[in-house]
Amino acid sequence: MEISFRDLMTVFHGMGFGALFMLAFSAALAELYRMSAPGAASVPTIREHNLLLLYLSVMVVLAWGAVLSGAYIVYPWYRAVVPEGVTDLADYPKFLLTSSPKTSAWHSLGMEWKEHVAWLAPIAMTMVAYVFAKYGPALAKQKQIRTAVIGFAVVAFVATGVAGAFGAFLNKYAPVRGGAMIEIIAGEQEGQ
Amino acid sequence: MANITPIRTKEVPNGPGAAAILAAGIGSAAMGIFALAGDAFTSLNHFFTFYKPTGGLSGVSTSAVVVWLVAWFILSRRWGEKNVEMVKVVSVSFALLAVGVLLTFPPVMDLIQGK
Repeated sequence: MEISFRDLMTVFHGMGFGALFMLAFSAALAELYRMSAPGAASVPTIREHNLLLLYLSVMVVLAWGAVLSGAYIVYPWYRAVVPEGVTDLADYPKFLLTSSPKTSAWHSLGMEWKEHVAWLAPIAMTMVAYVFAKYGPALAKQKQIRTAVIGFAVVAFVATGVAGAFGAFLNKYAPVRGGAMIEIIAGEQEGQ
Repeated sequence: MANITPIRTKEVPNGPGAAAILAAGIGSAAMGIFALAGDAFTSLNHFFTFYKPTGGLSGVSTSAVVVWLVAWFILSRRWGEKNVEMVKVVSVSFALLAVGVLLTFPPVMDLIQGK
């Protein structure tokens, strides 16, 4: 069982950062709402507050990790220019997609939307984590701030969903491949 | 029974929160505006190419992040100890966020450019 270096980096970008960030959203939104809702059943303890703050901080790291690894590690491989004389576009995903009208929109809509909208998520989540750190349960008394925090968090979730979904489709139609092969597990050849 | 210490909630002015929220809106709008500008003008796309392998995206995203952080810093200095009119701040922030979302959507970019 082996994987190319570029495939592995794409997995870290999409699954290691992006998917974990997506998975963390539902719990974060539910906890943010529960802890700061007016008339909450119980006052959160310091431990509960610190735990959610840590959770949100990890989400911020994942969000920045996803966009930075995408923009500076995976994207340069995706948009690499085809050298003169090369006719096999398998290692040049952007040009592979744009070479056919049946696939060009995966780039012109999918990648061009994904590469920009994804950046809204870390900006929004950094704000959300900061505001929670600053106000905590006192958010229940700050209705407008609470509305903004939850609204921005929902938009961050949608932006990440768009980026993640297009990322998965793009990797299906024009995967980023190449680089050294890394052997994960040495397999056995099945008998004839 | 476990010894549970509830958090004491002290009154914090809404200024720091307002500054963070409005700055996030400004950063989001900057992302959309820079993305559109880079897409519409080749010269701006070259200007935004801070790191050649990533192309214009490197400058578009870095510039938006810088605008966001500078806006946050300035607003925090002005509103750090104050209470501000939150309804206005939140409305403007959501409008700016909507600008960011819309201007990063390629069909809207194309519509504005008349493509």
